[in-house]
Amino acid sequence: MKTISNQLPVNETRTSERQQRRRSGRFIARTLLSLGRKMDRALSAEEIARADGLLQRLDPRVKVIGLLALLIDVALARNLFAILGIFAVALSLAFLSHVPVRTLVTRAWLGAFLFTGLIALPAIFITPGNIIYRLPLLNWHVTAQGLHTGLYLIARVETAVTLSLLLILCTLWTHVLKALWVMGVPVVFIVILGMTYRYIFLMIQSARDMFESRQSRMVGRLAGHERRRLAAASVGVLLTKSFYLSSEVYLAMQSRGFRGEVETLDDFKMRGSDWLALILFLSLAVFAFWLGRQSFAAALITI
Amino acid sequence: MMSDAPSNNLVFDVCDVTYRYNEVTALNGLTLSIREGERAVILGANGSGKSTLLRLLDGLYFPESGAISVFGEQLTEERLQDERFAFAFRRRVGLVFQNPDVQLFNPTVFDEVAFGPLQLKWPKDEIRRRVAEVLETMEIAHLKDRSPHRLSGGEKKRVALASVLILDPEVLLLDEPTAALDPKSQSQVIDFLVGWGGGAKTVVTATQDLDIIEDIADHCYVFQDGRVIAEGEPKAILNDVPMLRQTNLLHAHRHAHESGEIHSHPHLHHHHEH
Repeated sequence: MKTISNQLPVNETRTSERQQRRRSGRFIARTLLSLGRKMDRALSAEEIARADGLLQRLDPRVKVIGLLALLIDVALARNLFAILGIFAVALSLAFLSHVPVRTLVTRAWLGAFLFTGLIALPAIFITPGNIIYRLPLLNWHVTAQGLHTGLYLIARVETAVTLSLLLILCTLWTHVLKALWVMGVPVVFIVILGMTYRYIFLMIQSARDMFESRQSRMVGRLAGHERRRLAAASVGVLLTKSFYLSSEVYLAMQSRGFRGEVETLDDFKMRGSDWLALILFLSLAVFAFWLGRQSFAAALITI
Repeated sequence: MMSDAPSNNLVFDVCDVTYRYNEVTALNGLTLSIREGERAVILGANGSGKSTLLRLLDGLYFPESGAISVFGEQLTEERLQDERFAFAFRRRVGLVFQNPDVQLFNPTVFDEVAFGPLQLKWPKDEIRRRVAEVLETMEIAHLKDRSPHRLSGGEKKRVALASVLILDPEVLLLDEPTAALDPKSQSQVIDFLVGWGGGAKTVVTATQDLDIIEDIADHCYVFQDGRVIAEGEPKAILNDVPMLRQTNLLHAHRHAHESGEIHSHPHLHHHHEH
């Protein structure tokens, strides 16, 4: 049988172009595949939420209030000790709730460290203060104050991300939504959160299909401006599709009686252990808040 | 509150309904009635207004002009604001969407099937019992802890059906129930629809699949440009070849016989006996 490749002129330039295109194609395909896998993992994260751990046994409202209070402390803290103390508490909670360290590293710490590190890095050199190190060749100054600022930012973000992840991993998503709803969060906000969770997977699948369909119809390499035009058009189409999908999902929910209220099979009941956990969380939050407002030296003395 | 006794046995009475998507007219002065226990099929090519009608009948869209009544009461946006009316309506009328992906949005199959009864505030124990029953009936009990988006097309369709049938609606609206299904899954869906409710329930199916209509319908409405251009029993509709051609439901089909002879004729399987 005569194949198309037999009819195409083959030379080294073309081969290298095709390889380059394939490589960049593979990069996009890999990214989309990886996004899909991540969403799969996010949706199946309920395995941890169904485990028999400390946080899993608590009423979702206690978890939302308790972890949110600690999050606010992290945001308001003025010294590193308070933040590191809350981080230690978060780690203990993760351990007692059977959350694997690997999950925390790959899904929270690594990403947060990279992104925050990029922002914090310049602060180490540009913050004026006592010079503690001089970079050879570049002659840039690392100041104590700059290092403190960088560490402070990274610690704050890592702790906040860990607390948020603990809430999501140790609580069924529907329970998080219901807890927010019973705590008075507006229905519109709950519906938007719920919808995002529901159709994000469909959107990634849609993006993957679009990419594959485009690849299957392309021969040769497009010029730079053509590629950019195509990418912009694809983003536009994807956005339109996502609007359509969200409205379809909402209609399907309405069709089965959804009226904006979050209903789950499990009723929330505060037991003695939940009240105790709530008191502990709030006491810890108050202490951490007080500690976080102290000066570095005062906090050191307190500890 | 919705009355239990339908007037004149009518479930839906659609009167001179027009519906537009911006500039595009989907339904154009449509009038039709669906009786209690009727198994109606809405036939039509793409864009003929079938899906739009189902959404109007399910109270998801509302007519630009004209009126729709359900069980003898007007079906309007204002009426559906009334919680008691809305609960009664959602309990009695169920819609299965064409694309199961938009209908399956819960983390597990069990949660998916339980979604409707939870919204209608059924007792929790009753929900758990009914979900287990429906999953058994639909032969998908083994999928109950699976994530719906990871299922095959046929499995997704059965979960979508289960998620509506758990409410045991009096009226079932189906949008292209056999679209994109393999032959085995198609026949499972058809077998189920034929036997569902002992044939006493009202079923309205939008489709362009002529092969299934004799199995699932006792009355057909043929749509074109948002209007009914023909109606009648399935046999009479299937025999009206010029009308089916005019509505793009039929096309000439060239094929070869064992003798080597190649000829063309309308692509209608139940006519194809030579």
